[in-house]
Amino acid sequence: MSAPAAHAHPAGHSGGHGFWRTYVFSQDHKVIGVQYGITALLFLLFGFTLMMIMRWQLAYPGQAIPLIGKFLGDSRAPDGIMLPEFYNQLGAMHGTIMVFLGVVPLAVGAFGNYVMPLQIGAPDMAFPKLNMMSYWIYFAGGVTMLSSFFIPGGAAASGWTSYAPLSVIATTGQTVWLFGMICLITSSLLGSVNFITTIFQLRARGLAFMRLPFFVWAQLVTSFLLLLAFPPLEAAGVLQLMDRLAGTSFFMPSGLVVSGQPLANSGGGSPLLWQHLFWFLAHPEVYVLILPAMGIVAEIIANNTRKPLWGYRSMVYATVFLGFMSFIVWAHHMFLTGMGTAISSFFQATTMIISVPSIVILTALFLSLWGGSIRFTTPMLFALAFLPMFGIGGLTGLPLGLAPSDIHLHDTYYVIGHFHYVVAPGTLMALFGGIYYWFPKVTGRKMSDALGKLHFWLTFVFINCVFMPMFIQGLAGVSRRLYDGGAQYAHAQGVLHLNVFMSVAAWCLGLAQILFIVNFFWSMRKGKPVGANHWEATTLDWAATSSPPLAHGNFTVVPEVHRGPYEYSVPGNGRDFVPQNAPAEAH
Amino acid sequence: MEIPYTVDPRPDTGVYNAKLGVWLFLASEVMLFGALFSSYVLLRVGAVSWPHGYEHLNIPLATVNTVVLITSSVTMVMAWASLAMGSLKRFRIFMGSTVALALVFLVIKGFEYAAKFEHGLYPSGSTFMAIYFTLTGLHALHIVGGIIVNSYLLGPGSRMWRTQPARFTNRVEVAGLYWHFVDLVWIFLFPVLYLL
Repeated sequence: MSAPAAHAHPAGHSGGHGFWRTYVFSQDHKVIGVQYGITALLFLLFGFTLMMIMRWQLAYPGQAIPLIGKFLGDSRAPDGIMLPEFYNQLGAMHGTIMVFLGVVPLAVGAFGNYVMPLQIGAPDMAFPKLNMMSYWIYFAGGVTMLSSFFIPGGAAASGWTSYAPLSVIATTGQTVWLFGMICLITSSLLGSVNFITTIFQLRARGLAFMRLPFFVWAQLVTSFLLLLAFPPLEAAGVLQLMDRLAGTSFFMPSGLVVSGQPLANSGGGSPLLWQHLFWFLAHPEVYVLILPAMGIVAEIIANNTRKPLWGYRSMVYATVFLGFMSFIVWAHHMFLTGMGTAISSFFQATTMIISVPSIVILTALFLSLWGGSIRFTTPMLFALAFLPMFGIGGLTGLPLGLAPSDIHLHDTYYVIGHFHYVVAPGTLMALFGGIYYWFPKVTGRKMSDALGKLHFWLTFVFINCVFMPMFIQGLAGVSRRLYDGGAQYAHAQGVLHLNVFMSVAAWCLGLAQILFIVNFFWSMRKGKPVGANHWEATTLDWAATSSPPLAHGNFTVVPEVHRGPYEYSVPGNGRDFVPQNAPAEAH
Repeated sequence: MEIPYTVDPRPDTGVYNAKLGVWLFLASEVMLFGALFSSYVLLRVGAVSWPHGYEHLNIPLATVNTVVLITSSVTMVMAWASLAMGSLKRFRIFMGSTVALALVFLVIKGFEYAAKFEHGLYPSGSTFMAIYFTLTGLHALHIVGGIIVNSYLLGPGSRMWRTQPARFTNRVEVAGLYWHFVDLVWIFLFPVLYLL
């Protein structure tokens, strides 16, 4: 009886679910992608705001924070003057929020969810219910993290790395941090299982692996990294929870004395164990942050140079190799722990090796520009900026990957400059480009070019003003995580004036983002309506109707793929692009 | 458009979606327990002294539990095979046995824990007891998860048999893969914690 009943509602899969099932508890990958995107952008804004507050303390140590200082409360900033404890909370939460709640959910959760199924010609993700769960667990993890600001003792304050034993003896905020992380890890586990299964199982007819757009390859390798690298951090999180709640000593050495009092635990644990487990995740995490950005940039560059990507196959092999290598470089974060020269040598060697595939990808992207008739669209500006920015981020990493120079630079502002160049001027630029690029697909309208280009130039200038001086400070030996930005240290005096410059640049960078926010909302309503394939692109996402209908309705005709992903400017063809799904006769 | 390959395998990959999904999930579980076993190794080689498992732990009870769990894996396969041969009745018997054996495992484990607490052996007492409780506790949580899934398939989930028998058989197969993994983890835990 139930079988005919099921057939009586063929529309059950194409809408008619009401508001809650369509927009809130949706199982459609596009809605979930947009949910991820908006949530992640809000977290990015929040995490950036934390940093803008910290930059006040760094520029003007001990002075009352203007405007918002008096709203922070006596436990955080009495009379508007920031307490060191609160500074530590801001630092730890800025890192956590930017990485785990901002960039990764935007790069993987939002772009991966929205674009990847469209690019492989799939009706949806393989497991729509899991997809929904993945978003809501991420949301719960985010709310958990935010709530920790309001408990006694405040949020986690042991850095985003949560090194033991400091994190084990920290206030309750650290426990909340761990529960939040377990939510985020579970969410990313569900997401990565879903992504990999979708890419393997739901590719359109004719879409062989070497015909996949580079973005899909990037998402595939990223998902494998998330799948396999996050569980060790989950294990570490469980062990730290046991240390904090059950009184075990996994990360607590014997004979530890805190504030003059010997700790009453059994001891015998290893603080280094936490570092190993943490970096076993956190190094692959770097590639989780960068690979989707490279995927987005590759799409934008191929489209705007009107040329096939240079060395597509090399890029794919490099990406896969990079994925493997990223699992055996983690201890280059730990050269100063005294783990021994033999182990240091091994990790130096692997670190030098892993720079090769990154350079292959970057070189291929640069060479793709050669001889192209470049369209300087707004997304293309961001993609072009990504290349040198990521280049700076990557090259400044080399001295950190070699133990002799790392011993000088470890834990200085040089490190901060290095990884921010990878993630902020690097990945975030690419993600902005991606938003400008796929906005017409999501909304059917284009974002304003005038505002977009202004946003680009201001962001590009100010973001460099924020991070470039960090290299100078770091080379002068200024340590990171200093409450006063180094004012107490003699060796920092010569470069202290840069703090004000960087802080002003950071606030200007914040102001410049208003242009983006205005553009985003204005264009949603009033942007220029454009066709389904506005950029004249070749990949399948542009074969889907503009602003595709919800609930598994991506394509009016099931697409069939006849060629590789980037057939631009093929001679003997009327147009300068041939979509992947165009029948062979169209040549 | 319906999502393809929810029941039949995709020709070029040879698997249906859920089967690939569960293998990927198990890969991540291997990394989870792998990290914990590695922690065990690192803590043990770094320790000044480390007790032998048999000095503190109850080997006979753990041996019984090993047999119980392996038997439950066998009944799990039989449950799936019964469906493949078209018998829901036999499936119910074998799946019921699987769930019952899993409960027996938990009860025995509970007695073991209680005995430890009676002797004042808590996770906070020593690194050995800490890793023992953490590893077996996490494994027990996995058993509980398996019981929930298998009970669902035994009870309300089995209604799918009437409308989509092939899909229901797949679900049992996938649940079985997970169950064998949980069994396998115990096969590693038993010698590492109790015998070494």
